[in-house]
Amino acid sequence: MKKYVLILAGGTGKRMGKTKMPKQFLELGDKPIFIHTLEQFLLNENIDNIILCCHKNWISHAINTIDKYIHKNNITVVDGGDTRNDSMINGCNYIKENFGLNDDDIVIVHDAVRPFVSQRIINSNIEMTKQYVAVDTVIPATDTIVKSEDNKIISEIPVRNQMYQGQTPQTFNLKKLIELYDELTEEEKAILTDSCKIFVLKNQPVALVEGEIFNMKITSLHDFKIANAILELRGEK
Amino acid sequence: MINQSYRLIDPKQIRVDFIDEKLEKDELIVKPEYLSICAADQRYYTGSRGEEVMNKKLPMALIHEAVGRVVYDPYGKFPKGTKVVMIPNTPKEKDKVIKENYLRSSLFRASGIDGFMQEFVKIKTDRVVEYKKASPRIAVLAELISVGMNALEHFEQYSNPNKMTLGVWGCGNVGYIMALILRHHFPNAHIYVFGTTKEKLNYFSFADGVYLINEIPDNLRIDHAFECVGGRGSENAINQIIDYINPMGTIALMGVSEHNVPINTRMVLEKGLTLIGNSRSGREDFEAAVSFFESSEDIRNYLERIISEEIVVKNINDIHQAFENDINNNFKTIMKWEI
Repeated sequence: MKKYVLILAGGTGKRMGKTKMPKQFLELGDKPIFIHTLEQFLLNENIDNIILCCHKNWISHAINTIDKYIHKNNITVVDGGDTRNDSMINGCNYIKENFGLNDDDIVIVHDAVRPFVSQRIINSNIEMTKQYVAVDTVIPATDTIVKSEDNKIISEIPVRNQMYQGQTPQTFNLKKLIELYDELTEEEKAILTDSCKIFVLKNQPVALVEGEIFNMKITSLHDFKIANAILELRGEK
Repeated sequence: MINQSYRLIDPKQIRVDFIDEKLEKDELIVKPEYLSICAADQRYYTGSRGEEVMNKKLPMALIHEAVGRVVYDPYGKFPKGTKVVMIPNTPKEKDKVIKENYLRSSLFRASGIDGFMQEFVKIKTDRVVEYKKASPRIAVLAELISVGMNALEHFEQYSNPNKMTLGVWGCGNVGYIMALILRHHFPNAHIYVFGTTKEKLNYFSFADGVYLINEIPDNLRIDHAFECVGGRGSENAINQIIDYINPMGTIALMGVSEHNVPINTRMVLEKGLTLIGNSRSGREDFEAAVSFFESSEDIRNYLERIISEEIVVKNINDIHQAFENDINNNFKTIMKWEI
């Protein structure tokens, strides 16, 4: 059984305003966000290989940056394609073609812009794949979720204690993920906002792992400011 | 690397702080595997160190007894997964005479700087000692054993050769470990343990005799003594030792007290006694501690007996549970660290 990590770093940072670089390459503390994220997985004893999926225009930059900050590594940088789904499936196919595919191999898919992911979350994901083909990291919704079908009027207010907010990592049986994705129609692929939805659409159980509020996704300048504010240097307290 | 430090910010209040750790050339990254709660941690946790000390030292991650696995070594000396005991004492200078644990410049984890209650520990290569045979549940007692080894070294250095009868005052963790070390080191000596709780004294089956402190035979005499009581019990324990010890004996003091302790100095003078202060430990003591539990399964079995409870820790609530339960446990509470 091999355990692979796909770090999705394909974003071009549109939501971050007029920054020069995609958000995953911005510096948090003294190094780029995606380097912090990679380090969390590099330090996990259970991981075999890490694949960073990023936009083709940024591959060289990513490789240079990794070489600058990480002394020894087993990270491969691949062309992620244009969308999140493309990135994920391209990453999976890269693994299949370069490392082979065993029935029990798993892939841990994680956003490059969630650098606060903890070892507990990573290990809980891995542990849960012993029982389930798909695992999602979630936190209970604290704000009330409202549904609006026309973006003007509330059409439904779901029961809050049944609502969760999805985070990453999401962890899958690699073979099953490729298999199910290939079965999707183009229409189904078009509405895929979340990798777990592949399994939900195909009526496969997706287990929940408890995330953390601090496992935040840095998508806006506001998030970036918060992330910098909560990070301190050793001896700075 | 973004590290999580689980810091005490006020009595019974723990917060996770995020530290941007720089990977240094001479430092390892160790993933803690087991942590063990010490009375010193409990004094911080409950706030009994007093407001002044608390204000000075907090926020701070507790725990100075821990084992883990190396996950990053820039020199490759320790392969990934190597099991290590971590040394909390962190010397800043070397001295030919004064041991590292007595140098006033040395830092000590969980006493002014962050202890081991972190997601990862960044630590210098000379601050870990590899172990192989023992389970991490047992190896986590290494710090406690090393404190005993430090005391043993001083005792050997300063005590007279009459070592046929050795007394250990205190039936807690330190007393148990010290008595076990003495049993191993002086196989022919008579080891007696004196305590206040019959139930706990019953654990000391390797000793030649155990006594409740108000039931000690009048004619019993000891050559040397180890005081492992501490706190408010220190006064009675030390004065009782002075009563029962033979002239020119040595008293190894090992119990920490927040208050000054009045002792019968007249009799110390009359008997020509030597009192030795013992605190903490250094690398050599840790190496001796690891050799001690690696050397025999019998010793590891004795050590296993004082693990009162193991708590799996995945979040802050679990940490609180461990500290709350520890107060009612007879011996050690250890945390399986799954943070």
